[in-house]
Amino acid sequence: MEAILEIKNLSHSYHNLEGETLALSDLSFTMQRGEFISIVGPSGCGKSTLLSLISGLMEPEEGTIELHGKRMGYMLQKDHLLEWRTIYKNIVLGLEIQHLLTSETKSKVQEYLEQYGLADFANAKPSELSGGMRQRAALIRTLIMEPDLLLLDEPFSALDYQTRLTVADDIGQIIRKEHRSAILVTHDLSEAISLGDRVIVLSKRPATIKSIVPLTFSLEEDTPLKRRNAPEFKGYFNTVWKELNEDA
Amino acid sequence: MHEASKTQISAEQIAVEGVSTKQISARQSQFLKELKKHRLFVQSARVILLVGFLLLWEVTSYFDIIDSFIFSSPSKVALCFWSMVLDKSIFTHIGTTLYETIVSFLLVTVISILLATILWFSKKSSEISEPFLVVLNSLPKSALAPLLIVWLGATPTTIIVAGMSVAIFGSILNLYTSFMSVEEETLKLIYTLGGKRRHALIKVVIPSSVPAIISNMKVNIGLCLVGVVIGEFLAARNGLGYLIIYSSQVFKMDWLLMSIVILCIIAIALYGIIGIVEKWYLKRL
Repeated sequence: MEAILEIKNLSHSYHNLEGETLALSDLSFTMQRGEFISIVGPSGCGKSTLLSLISGLMEPEEGTIELHGKRMGYMLQKDHLLEWRTIYKNIVLGLEIQHLLTSETKSKVQEYLEQYGLADFANAKPSELSGGMRQRAALIRTLIMEPDLLLLDEPFSALDYQTRLTVADDIGQIIRKEHRSAILVTHDLSEAISLGDRVIVLSKRPATIKSIVPLTFSLEEDTPLKRRNAPEFKGYFNTVWKELNEDA
Repeated sequence: MHEASKTQISAEQIAVEGVSTKQISARQSQFLKELKKHRLFVQSARVILLVGFLLLWEVTSYFDIIDSFIFSSPSKVALCFWSMVLDKSIFTHIGTTLYETIVSFLLVTVISILLATILWFSKKSSEISEPFLVVLNSLPKSALAPLLIVWLGATPTTIIVAGMSVAIFGSILNLYTSFMSVEEETLKLIYTLGGKRRHALIKVVIPSSVPAIISNMKVNIGLCLVGVVIGEFLAARNGLGYLIIYSSQVFKMDWLLMSIVILCIIAIALYGIIGIVEKWYLKRL
C-alpha cells in the first residue's frame, strides 16, 4: 500500500497576549491511499487545528506534513452555500476560482448532479434545499476538484440527529464509491466508528495520539448505517470510549 | 418603510389569489376587507392632513391672520414657481443642485467602496486609519465648507466636494464594517477551494454586502443633498441653496418656501430612484 499522508513529530501552539497554548504535541501517523481515518478527542483538544495544518491553511511550528498528492478537499461544519448563487453555481465555485471551468468539468458536474439526485435542483437557491441535500451539494463542490485527500471537519454537526444519520451514511458511501482518502474529525464516537477504517484517539490538550483503533466489520455490505447494527460496533465503541476517558 | 412596502405587496398578492381561486373563507375575506379599510383610512388621513394644512395656511394668510409677507401662502408659492417656469430660471437652479448632488453621490459611492475594499484587504491600513476616520466622521462637515471655498474657489467643484465631505467618511466606515461582518468560516471555504484573498472579496464579501451597499446609498443620497445645499449657501450663483440664501436676504419669502418645497420633492425623488434600484436587485436575487 502506498502512503498518501505522512505526519512526523507535529507540534503547534497558539500565541496571544496571555501567553502560549500548546495545541498539538509531537503527533505522528501515516495514512494509506484510499483509507478513511476518523479522529476523535475531547472538545477543544486541537482537532480542527490538525486539519487546518494538514490542509496548509496554517504552517506547523514544528514537524513535517508530507502529502503525496496534489489537491486537498475540505468540508467545513456548515455547508456555506452562497445564497446569491444557484446550486450549480455554488458547486462550480472552486472550478471558477482555479480557472478550471471547461466543457469537460462542466459535464462532470452534470454527472455528479444526476448521480446524487440534485439534477432537478441545479438552478434552485440553497434555501430551497433540505439540510441533507445542501450537505450533498457541499460535498460535490469539494469532490469536483478531484481531491486526493478529503478533510471533513465535523461536517454533520450542524444537522439534526435524524438527518445526521442519513447524511453521514450517504456521504460515507459516496466517499467509498469514489475511492477517496478521507480524514474525519468528530466528537461523535458512533459517527467515527461507523465511517472510519481506523479511529485515532487524541488526548486532551495538548493533543497527542493516545491510541489508534483499527476497525474491521464482517458485513456483506459495509455501510455506515449497517455498521451501527453490527455485533462488533459495541465493542469498538467501548474501546474508544475507554481510551478517551482514561485520564479524565 | 421597506417592511411596510413588503407587507403591502404580499397582502395584494393574497387579495389577487383570493379573487382568482375564489376559495376564500368568510374570516379571510373579513380580514382582507378590514386590511383594505385600514389602508384607505391611513391614505385618506394623509391627504386630508396635507390639504388641510395648505388650506389653513392659504386662508389665514388671505384674511391677514398671519403676515403673508413673512409666511407667504401656497398660492403665492405656486404663482412664484409658475413665473420662474415661464422665464426658465427655475430649471437652471434645479438642474445645478441635481447635477451637483448626483455627481457627489456617485463619487461617494465609488470612492467609499474602493477605500473600504483597501481597508478590508490590509488589516494594517484599517488599524492605522481607524481613529482618523472616526474623528473625520464625527466632525460637523459644514465647518469644512468655508475652508473648501478658500482652497478650491467658489466653483461647482467646491460644492460637489462639500456634498461628498458630508457622506464619505461615514460611508467608508459603514461599508468596511459590513465587509468585516462576513463570517470567517465562509472566507475559509474560499481558501480551502484554493482561492486567495481577492477571490474571497469578489466571490463572497462584495456579493454578500450588496444589501448594505444599497442601504448605504439611501443614506448617502440624502447627506449629499445636505452637503450640496450647505455649499450653495456659501459659494454659488446658481442652485436651490443659493436661491434660499439669496431670497432670505432680500425677504422674498415666496422664493424661499418654494425652494424648500422643491428640495423636499428632489429628496423624495432621489430616494425613490434608489428604492427602484433595490427592488430591481431583490427581484434578480
